[in-house]
Amino acid sequence: MSVVAGKELRIVGFLCNWCSYGGADTAGVSRFKQPSDLRIIRVPCSGRVDPLFVVKALLNGADGVLVAGCHPNDCHYSEGNFYARRRLEMLKKFLSYMGIDDKRFHYTWVSASEGARWQQVVTDFTKQIHALGPLHQKEEAGD
Amino acid sequence: MRVGVFICHCGNNIAGTVDVAKVAEEARNMPGVQFATDYMYTCSEPGQEEIKEAIQREQLDRVVVAACSPRMHELTFRRTVEKAGLNRYFFEMANIREHVSWVGEDKDLNTNKAIEAVKLAVEKVKQNKPLFPSSFEVNKRVLVIGGGVAGMQAAIDCAEGGLQVVMVEKSPSIGGMMARLDKTFPTVDCSICILGPKMVDVSQHDNITLHAYSEVEEIKGYVGNYQVKIRKKATYVDWTKCTGCGECTEKCPSKDAYDHFNYGVAPTTAITIPFPQAIPKKATIDPTYCRQFVRGKCGVCAKICPADAIDYEMKDEIVTEEVGAIITASGYGLIDLDRLPEYGGGRYPDVVSGIQYERLLNASGPTEGHILRPSDKEEPKTIVFVSCAGSRDKSIGIPYCSNFCCMYIAKEAILTRDHIPDSKVYVFYMDIRSPGKGYDEFTRRAQEEYGVRYVRGRVARVFPKGKKMIVKGVDTLLGTQIEVEADLVVLATAVTAAPGAPQLAEKLRISYDQHAFYVESHPKLRPVETNTSGVFLAGCCQGPKDIPASVGQGSAAAAKVLSLFSRDMLESDPAVANVNINVCVGCRKCINTCPYGAIEEEELRDGRIVAKVLETVCAGCGVCTSTCPCGAIQLQHFTDNQLLAEVNALCLS
Repeated sequence: MSVVAGKELRIVGFLCNWCSYGGADTAGVSRFKQPSDLRIIRVPCSGRVDPLFVVKALLNGADGVLVAGCHPNDCHYSEGNFYARRRLEMLKKFLSYMGIDDKRFHYTWVSASEGARWQQVVTDFTKQIHALGPLHQKEEAGD
Repeated sequence: MRVGVFICHCGNNIAGTVDVAKVAEEARNMPGVQFATDYMYTCSEPGQEEIKEAIQREQLDRVVVAACSPRMHELTFRRTVEKAGLNRYFFEMANIREHVSWVGEDKDLNTNKAIEAVKLAVEKVKQNKPLFPSSFEVNKRVLVIGGGVAGMQAAIDCAEGGLQVVMVEKSPSIGGMMARLDKTFPTVDCSICILGPKMVDVSQHDNITLHAYSEVEEIKGYVGNYQVKIRKKATYVDWTKCTGCGECTEKCPSKDAYDHFNYGVAPTTAITIPFPQAIPKKATIDPTYCRQFVRGKCGVCAKICPADAIDYEMKDEIVTEEVGAIITASGYGLIDLDRLPEYGGGRYPDVVSGIQYERLLNASGPTEGHILRPSDKEEPKTIVFVSCAGSRDKSIGIPYCSNFCCMYIAKEAILTRDHIPDSKVYVFYMDIRSPGKGYDEFTRRAQEEYGVRYVRGRVARVFPKGKKMIVKGVDTLLGTQIEVEADLVVLATAVTAAPGAPQLAEKLRISYDQHAFYVESHPKLRPVETNTSGVFLAGCCQGPKDIPASVGQGSAAAAKVLSLFSRDMLESDPAVANVNINVCVGCRKCINTCPYGAIEEEELRDGRIVAKVLETVCAGCGVCTSTCPCGAIQLQHFTDNQLLAEVNALCLS
């Protein structure tokens, strides 16, 4: 099984358990409709997200990767998201050197109460990835 | 490997927009899956029985439940698999409700997304390892932040339950907002008369240590073992000597200080005791107004003090307290009158806030309980109350209802008619919200018995005309414009989070919402817990609420602490970091990044330095795992292999 051809693209999301996963739950409980492309991987903290996970996802078939964590200063583990911010910002700068449009990767902060914000983040990012089109077919076409 | 997969219908919540039978069918074809089925309510008792039976019958060694959020039921199902003899970490949940069925409209897309969520969980669970909790000792002391009615109730209940309590109050006296109120609704009971005995209980209880005029500086540690640094702010009065006689406040020549207790409705002296029943009843100098600090000379209070308690050289002091749990009852704030210019807020002295009016009504307030206009100290004859002054107003960023204004306006209107029988009292309101016991009857009494004129409609403008304040508004029931010539206007200013609420939340490592109110674990079922284990909420820091609700939460938070402390040892979460000493090169990067100081150096017998995790201190964030250059330190249950298995499940196929 994979994404539904023609309708969806492959988007992987890493969400911290305490804020963004909760925010996505809040969006669900409030029935805030979202595009269905995103697949969510739960991590304890955005600081747990190794930039290599993002790269691996993009190289192995994902068209976009989203990382979401607690707002700066409001990390459940007090400073994990600061490490995330530094690492992911570096990663974003390096993606273009790998031939990957850095718009395919986004990191942001969503708290557990921000269901509406989560809906917005998912909708905007999905739109952005659809505007870019599939990552891997494009490369094949270029070959 | 023999994985069992259970797909929950959740009634129609999932089955309505996901083809659950198809998800189960697809799951059966996934590598390693031995058994898959769908069930109406997997979390129900028969649903859990079915899991247990299937584990026995099919000899399952791993279980995946695809249902609601793991934040909802992960613990339930972990217990279920444990009862059937599996390690509780041989379980994973796929969230196909909050993240799938409730947010997507297309059944085919949802079904496909649910199948992928199951696949992700199956690949993860196949990588899972059994984990076993260890236990650690609990320090059975509790910190209560805030000495308002919620905090006091929590402190008294904990102390009565035999716990040692440390209370931190940022202002010079405990009592909070309730100490400022003249009367309480709907009984019109005297507020300080019912609060006073509680304040005395707090100050005299053997188990309660009170740090007044103090703030939490820093919090370290984790549930069971917190270290809290408390800043005891300089009062410039030695409280061990001060007897609270009040002579200094009478003789102080700086008489234009802002009166925090009375919300600035009248000035006060630079050295003050906030109110007669203050606890502790000690004087405090406000250095922003004190002549000794502003001009460098005065010293009147030092000369007059019979106890020789004045100390202009006093400095802030930091004390450290060790506790096992924290209750935050840090209260609320009110929007400044300046933010309501259309009502003349902050521009005209005869436009006051509800809490200022409360102080004008109170016998210990600046007017000794006589209602007098701030501008000319005359008794007002026409008084207009404006409800929802800022509340339910998106334009100033406060879309929520402040909860108790409707009721206190009714009370203040009744008291006004009591104080000034020939007064005319108007209340402009949007709706009357009076859902408590005896509340609706009370607002009716205001109208029917006391003749308060309730006008349904909003005020457009308030402006002065001679000595009067003109209140222009609309009566939406009559469909007419209305203009009242008022002597005094009282605004029911909107409730906000307490000043400094975000900073305190960050110290506590708890979340807050966009209005800076603290977020509870679950809005219905865990109202006083936070997502940080060992930290509990009480009162208005969580959202606007009235006195009985605050007291109820204070007691509830105390009950939670007492039940937490009913055990001598707590079980630690085994999902912590673990070092593979054969791979570790001793670079110390993890030691430097760990937010908890949970990693130490360890010297092996061959002299090699490696990292060592203190299991009970590690909180399981995994920052070290992403930092380690050689993959030697792995956060259990979220290892590189486990997360990459999930990535690959999504991307490689």
